[in-house]
Amino acid sequence: MFWRRRDEAVEPEAPDQQPEMSAPQPTTVARPRREASGMGLRARPSGFGARLRAILTAGSPATEATWDEIEEALIAADVGAQATLEVVDAARTRFRSGGGRSGEDARRALSTEIRDRLVRVGSGHFELGPAPSVILFVGVNGTGKTTSIAKLAARLVGDGHSLALAAADTFRAAAVEQLRIWGEQLGVSVIAQRAGADPGAVAFDAVVAAESRNLDAVLVDTAGRLQNKQQLMDELAKIRRVIERRLPGQPRHVLLVLDATTGQNGLAQAEAFSREVGVTGIILTKLDGTAKGGVALAIADRLGVPILFAGVGEEIDALAPFDPEAFVEWLFAE
Amino acid sequence: MFESLSSRLQGISERLRGKAHITEADLDVALREIRLALLEADVNFKVVKEFVARVRDRAVGSDLLTGLNPGQQIVKIVHEELVAVLGGERHHLSLDAKPSVLMMVGLQGSGKTTTAAKLAVRLRKDGKKPLLVAADVYRPAAVDQLVQLGDQIGVEVHTRPVGTPALEIARSALEVARQRGLDVMILDTAGRLHVDEAMMDELVRIVGSVTPAETLLVVDAMTGQEAVRVAEAFHARLPITGLVLTKMDGDARGGAALSIRAATGLPVAFLGTGERTDGLEAFHPDRLAQRILGMGDILSFVERVQENVDQAEAEKTAQRMMENRFTLEDFRSQLNQIKKMGPIGQLLQMVPGAGQMAGAAQEAVDSGQMKRIEAIIDSMTPDERRRPEIIKASRRRRIAIGSGTSTADVNRLLKQFVEMQRMMKMISGGKMPRMGGGLGALLGR
Repeated sequence: MFWRRRDEAVEPEAPDQQPEMSAPQPTTVARPRREASGMGLRARPSGFGARLRAILTAGSPATEATWDEIEEALIAADVGAQATLEVVDAARTRFRSGGGRSGEDARRALSTEIRDRLVRVGSGHFELGPAPSVILFVGVNGTGKTTSIAKLAARLVGDGHSLALAAADTFRAAAVEQLRIWGEQLGVSVIAQRAGADPGAVAFDAVVAAESRNLDAVLVDTAGRLQNKQQLMDELAKIRRVIERRLPGQPRHVLLVLDATTGQNGLAQAEAFSREVGVTGIILTKLDGTAKGGVALAIADRLGVPILFAGVGEEIDALAPFDPEAFVEWLFAE
Repeated sequence: MFESLSSRLQGISERLRGKAHITEADLDVALREIRLALLEADVNFKVVKEFVARVRDRAVGSDLLTGLNPGQQIVKIVHEELVAVLGGERHHLSLDAKPSVLMMVGLQGSGKTTTAAKLAVRLRKDGKKPLLVAADVYRPAAVDQLVQLGDQIGVEVHTRPVGTPALEIARSALEVARQRGLDVMILDTAGRLHVDEAMMDELVRIVGSVTPAETLLVVDAMTGQEAVRVAEAFHARLPITGLVLTKMDGDARGGAALSIRAATGLPVAFLGTGERTDGLEAFHPDRLAQRILGMGDILSFVERVQENVDQAEAEKTAQRMMENRFTLEDFRSQLNQIKKMGPIGQLLQMVPGAGQMAGAAQEAVDSGQMKRIEAIIDSMTPDERRRPEIIKASRRRRIAIGSGTSTADVNRLLKQFVEMQRMMKMISGGKMPRMGGGLGALLGR
C-alpha cells in the first residue's frame, strides 16, 4: 500500500506453504510466506474502515457525526487524543475555507492535512550521504532493530553500496549471533566483539573498519532499551559520541525503530531518544499486521521527525520507503 | 507506570475537593479528563466509552448526590470500576499434571523468550523442575538466545537440529520431560501476527499435539489500540488461559491490560519488569487499580523486599537501629541488600508519594553515587566504620585517596550518616518524621 517494493513487477507468491515444508536454511527455517494481494498488503476484515469509508465517500453532507467518526478512526489508529484533535481541527478549517460540503470533501481535507504534516518534516526522503555514512539504530526492546538493519542492508547492497554491520547490541543473549546470520546471508561483514563487550568500542571498531576499507556505510545495531532507564540512555549517548569523535558529522542517521503496534508511549520514546541521541528518522515496523502505527504521525507532527521506512513483513525485502500519500489511505483502510 | 493517569485523577480529586455537591457540569469535566487519561494510557476507545458510561451512571446515582466529599467519591467509583474490569482475583497457574505444558505465544518482540526464562526461574523457586523448549525456528538466533538464557539460570533447554519443525520439537520435548520426570515444560514459540493464518495454524497443531495446561499470551505493555484485536484473534484460535504483560518497568501506562481484560475476560497472570531473569511479578488486580489511582503498591514492595532481604541480617540491623548503635558497617550491608533487590527506582515507584523520589534515587545509582559511597566505606578501617567520630582530617584524606574520591565527598557522606542516625533516634523515640502527601492527600484528609 504505502510502500514501494524494490521491484514492483515481481510479486513472489507461495500461499499455502506449510512450515514443515520450508527449505532448511543454514541456521533457521523460512516462515511460510504470506499470501499477498495488490502491492503486498492483505485485505483485513473490519467493519470499522468500511463504515467510515461509507460516511466519507457518500455524497451526503458532512455533519458533526462525520467529524466524530473521523476522530474515532484516528484514535483507533493510535494517533492519540491530542494529535487527533489538532489534525481534525485543522482539517475542518481547511474543509470550510475550501467551501467543502460532502463527506468526500471532508475526506479530502483530512487526507491533505495529514499528508502535508508528514511531508513538511521530510517523511519518505532518505539519502545515504557521503561515505562512510554511519547509521545508528536505536529503540526500545523488541521493535525489530536487528531485522530492520538486515532489511536496510539488503536494500543498500542491492543498490550497489558496500557496507559493514556493527553488532553493538552486546547485551541481549544471542543478538550478535542474530546479526551474524544476517550478515552471512547478505554477504556483508559484521564487526563484533564478545558478548558483554563495550558497545562503544564495537561502534568504534566498525567506524575504523569503514574508513580503512572505504565502505559506503556502516549500520550500527544497539541493544533495545526502555527510554526511562537513564543509565542505558547514557550508554547510547556515549556510543554516539564515540562515533562523532572519530568521524565528525556522523552518525549521519540516527533511526528510531518504532513498532506500529505501539500506542502513545511511542511519543515518550521519540522524545527521549531524540533528546539523548538526536533521532533523524523513524522506521515504522510491523505494518503487515492490523496496527496502523498512527503514533508515528503524532511524533512527526510534534517532534518534526520524518518517517523514512516502513517494515511490512518478515521477508528480507519487506522494507520500503515511506509514502505519506499511501499512509493516509492506510490509516483509514479496512 | 500509570503515572499520568493517576496524576490526572488526583487533579480531578483536587478540583472537586471541598465542594458539597457535584453538578452535571462538574461531572462532565471530570469524565472528560478520565476519558482523555484512559485514551492516553492506550485503553481501547470502545472500552473507554463503556467505562466512562459506567462511571457516569454510578456518579449520577444516589450516593454521589448525597456525597460529602465528591472528589473522593469519583475517585472511589473509578477505582472500583477499574478493579471490576481488571478482575476480582489473581490467576494461579494450574500445573498439576506431570509434566504440565506451559506455552508462550504472542506477537514478534513482545518478550516471549525472556518471559519463558523468567517463568523457569520462578517455577524452580516454587520447587518445580522446569524444562525450557526452544520452538522458535524462524527468528535467526532465537534458539541461541534461549540456550544462553538457560545457561545463565541453570535450566536445561531442549533443542532440535535446525530444520526440525516446531511441532516436532514440542513433541520430542514432551517425551524428554516425561522420561526425566520433569514437572513443567515451558514452550517458547516464534512471534507471529494474529492475521497470519499459516503461522496460527502451526500453533493450533502444537496445541493439539501437546495439550498445554496453560497457554499464556505475552503482550507488550506499550501496545496501543490494537491490543484488543490481537488478543481476540489469539483467543479465538487458541485456548489462551492468561496474559503476561511485559516491559512494565517502562513508563507505558499499560492501558492494554484494561482493554484486553474488558474485551476478552482473560486474566493477567504476570507482569514482566526488567531484563533480569527475576523480573516477573504476580499480578494483583486490586493493587494495580490502586497503583492507577496513585496509591502505590505497598504489598508488592513488601513481597519483593522479603524475597531478597536476608531476614537475619535485617533483624540485626533493625535491632541496632532501635538500640541506636547503627554504624557505617550496617549502612554498607543495607546498600548491599538494596542492590540485591534490583533497580531502586522500580521499587520506590511502588511506594505512595515516592514517584518523584524514584527518579532521583535511580539517578543516584546510575550516576555512580552509590558506588562512590560504597568505595568510601570500603576504604575505612573496621574501627572507623563503627566509630565514625574518630575520622578526623588526616583519616579523611586517606579515605578519599583510598576510594578515589575527594575529602569533600567523604565529608558529605559522614554528614549524611550523622543525619540518618539523628532520624533513627527520632523514629525509635516515637517521633516519626512527617512523610509525603501520598494516600492522605488523595483521600482529601
